[in-house]
Amino acid sequence: MEITINLPAKDWYVNGTLNDLSYWGLDYPPLTAYQSYVHGLFLKLFDPDSVALFSSRGYETYFSKLLMRWTVLSSDVMVFFPAVFCFWIVYNHGRSRGGERCDAAWHIAMLLINPCLILIDHGHFQYNCISLGLTVGAVAAVLSQKDLIACALFSLALNHKQMSAYFAPAFFSHLLGKCLRRKNPFFEVLSMSLVVIGTFAVVWWPYLYSTDALLQVLSRLAPFERGLYEDYVANFWCATSVLIKWKRLFLTSKLKLFSFIITVSTCLPSMIHQISSPSSRGFLYGLLNSSLPFYLFSFQVHEKSILLPLLPASLLALDDPSLYKWLTHYGLLSMFPLLCRDRLLLPYLTLNALYFLLYHVPRDKRDSKVTGSSAAYPILRAFSVCCYFGLHLIYLTMLPPEKYPFLFEALIMIFCFFHFALLAIYTNKKQWMLSEHSMLLNKEKKLI
Amino acid sequence: MTKLAPPPPASELLWHAAVATCLKLLLIPSYRSTDFEVHRHWLALTHSLPVSGWYADETSPWTLDYPPFFAFFELLLSYPARAVDPVIVHLHRGLDYGAGSVVLFQRITVVAADSCLFYAVHRLTRKSEPGKARLIWVLVIWSPMLLMVDHVHFQYNGFLLGILLLSISYLSEGKDLVGGCLFAILLCFKHLFAVAAPVYFVYLLRRCFRGSFARGFGRVSALGAVVVATFAAAYGPFIYHGQMQQVIRRMFPFGRGLCHAYWAPNFWVFYIVMDKVLSFVLRRLGFDIQTPAASFTGGLVGNSSPFAVLPQVTPLITFIMVLLALSPCLIKAWRNPQPKDAARWIAYAYTSGFLFGWHVHEKASLHFVIPLALTAVQSLGDAKHYFWLSIVSCYSLFPLLYEAQEYPIKVLLLLLHCMAMFLSFSALFDGSARAKATAPESRKVDQSGEKRSSGLAKEGGFTIGWITKCYLFGILFVELWGQFLHPYILGKKLPFVPLMMISVYCAFGIVYSWIWQLRSIVRCSS
Repeated sequence: MEITINLPAKDWYVNGTLNDLSYWGLDYPPLTAYQSYVHGLFLKLFDPDSVALFSSRGYETYFSKLLMRWTVLSSDVMVFFPAVFCFWIVYNHGRSRGGERCDAAWHIAMLLINPCLILIDHGHFQYNCISLGLTVGAVAAVLSQKDLIACALFSLALNHKQMSAYFAPAFFSHLLGKCLRRKNPFFEVLSMSLVVIGTFAVVWWPYLYSTDALLQVLSRLAPFERGLYEDYVANFWCATSVLIKWKRLFLTSKLKLFSFIITVSTCLPSMIHQISSPSSRGFLYGLLNSSLPFYLFSFQVHEKSILLPLLPASLLALDDPSLYKWLTHYGLLSMFPLLCRDRLLLPYLTLNALYFLLYHVPRDKRDSKVTGSSAAYPILRAFSVCCYFGLHLIYLTMLPPEKYPFLFEALIMIFCFFHFALLAIYTNKKQWMLSEHSMLLNKEKKLI
Repeated sequence: MTKLAPPPPASELLWHAAVATCLKLLLIPSYRSTDFEVHRHWLALTHSLPVSGWYADETSPWTLDYPPFFAFFELLLSYPARAVDPVIVHLHRGLDYGAGSVVLFQRITVVAADSCLFYAVHRLTRKSEPGKARLIWVLVIWSPMLLMVDHVHFQYNGFLLGILLLSISYLSEGKDLVGGCLFAILLCFKHLFAVAAPVYFVYLLRRCFRGSFARGFGRVSALGAVVVATFAAAYGPFIYHGQMQQVIRRMFPFGRGLCHAYWAPNFWVFYIVMDKVLSFVLRRLGFDIQTPAASFTGGLVGNSSPFAVLPQVTPLITFIMVLLALSPCLIKAWRNPQPKDAARWIAYAYTSGFLFGWHVHEKASLHFVIPLALTAVQSLGDAKHYFWLSIVSCYSLFPLLYEAQEYPIKVLLLLLHCMAMFLSFSALFDGSARAKATAPESRKVDQSGEKRSSGLAKEGGFTIGWITKCYLFGILFVELWGQFLHPYILGKKLPFVPLMMISVYCAFGIVYSWIWQLRSIVRCSS
């Protein structure tokens, strides 16, 4: 906010005397910068000292903190909530009334009272609600067959946070699949590309005057020099680095190639499925099946990126409630060390408990079709639950040994990675099984 | 005859309690008032000093002004407090202690003490229909007033109201001895609950003599013995030490005026405003009116009165007025003490005490709003009355949480409560109206009187009249003025005006509620 309201747009991503990029320089695309500008104006109106150049570094008073929290809250209410309501209306459009009303109400609660999003956006402090909200808006547009709007919205989401690219394969494959089934596929693809390019052009307008400026911004967005992973994150590289010391064995350029190949190849099955037989349900699973491999195998993944697979899982909460519950609880566990460092232990525990309570809201069995958790593999699940609680207790009460100060973080990450990997296999299988059930639906949707 | 559905399982009540507990835990880091330090000091006081020193100590301005059972309760809590952090219970080093340990410990004691409220609600609803039981759970366990006063401002009202509700539960089942004993115990926890003592006295006395005189006399003696024993257990140690006068002086302090600094929305608000208006008008007309030296919030200073024109009000006058207000209810209770009406009369007693009492805190509105929730499910008229009364009372508590970060919390709690009430009442009364429409032959001999059940069938669903709607929307305007327009237009001038507007506006509502309750009690024929 300080940088965007005190400097002209062309200097935002450039290192200079007034803009010291090493002090938390901008590393998100221009839409985040514009949003920071708007919020900076809001803060300047009420507390100018909080965004003054240089002197506001590290500035934190009761009032400035309140204003900052209000910017996230207002973004949430103005972007994420309307997008979720649009999706919810479109999703429930085809469903019958009556007993499923309480299911629909439960679904909205699950979508909006997402403990991970609340803890990260309103606790740790981030603006994921904007990019996730734009993505949900794009999903709602796809489901209501307004593909051009979907392209525009998803491009905006990409321009807010580059991590939204985790969903790009799913959008690409589903829209391509739909285009190929229309009367004039080339025209459809062309119009969508024009919309995407147009949106990008509008957002990147201040930086299009020279390739240098463009490259400067791009270099801020993709900091490859930071390495394969930072801290402890429950993905493949970090979990297997216990046995194979990737960073020591290979150069960064080689590791970039490895992660690219593995990520793309794990996304391919879902993409192929959607190109060959696109469907709305398949699209939602496709979102999950492209964000999970990205989380597990991509370069420079943060723990907070679990929010990305969580989004499609929440959209699918009525189709597969136990999947969403599984991902939420283990996603929370994977963020537990981060949240403890942020002194958010109490909100973490209560939101985790509140989510569990809302998931198991008491209702008449005859009224709803959402059954309780499945009864598969009871012993394994019981063991998993014991480990879940045990890891929390160990992390909170015991001190790690001197030789391995991050032992408990590593244990948590390996445990979560194991669950996420299982989940990825399960969701991929489910998406492929969908095609057998949805053969009939595809025949009906020939005219899309 | 329609078969009544079985009451919902206790696990559903636990679910409601668990959700409320999560909310309360999330409110732990929020604003806390001086009451927090008061209770912390009482932990230290009861832990560090012998019983003889409790009501005599002067270390802190927050002297013990609750009866002895509450002091024993604090003593009980002080042992785990010392285990958590010894500084909490240190008499001198713990003064104004604000570390994380004491905040967490004290907030969790309030959350834990609420289990008394949960048990009382469980006992009250275990034989009710599922719809009514769930509604009472939503109204009491998820009450925004309790959340705001107990878990932000900091008090132990949930615990004390739990004892009151437990006593009402036993009375409504006809178990007078236990009910009376619990009320005596409650009086030894917080003497402010004594406003309902006349109702209890008349009701229990009349109930004792419903049979033969000899049995009645036996019952009265048993009840009397139990009550005396309770008071002896509480005040015994202080009588032994000869400190009763000191205890009474601490529990009923002089030096407090007719009103609190923020005027509770009761009858005296109108009296004060009338006095000011009259003095202004009469001065304009040329009369010589002296500006009074005393203030409303200060104590009684000799013979000087804080009123310029109207006669002075003393504690005795307020006492007499409360008794007068209670008299119709007492007559009703004497004539026909029905167990099912106990909650209604007790709520009426606390409403009268709130309206006409001396130095009433706005938090005392909890004492009548929570018991009224039990009557709200009995008929459509009761439900409509409770709907707007709880909104007005909750709004009158807003000035308690004056910091900026609690503003969205209190507004959203009130809005959620409105929505939950509206949806629940609609579901309950639309459903039963439909049921009655389909079974016109079954004349339900409803215990709550034919008038109420016939009203149900005629009026249909739960709707809000236009007067109520206007009044409730008026709250929006009062709030907009106080929060936004007043600072913008008038700046720092006349800072008391927003609070005064809230007091006066809510006072209208509460006075009307008192009249409505009085009419409902007098009219009810059984």
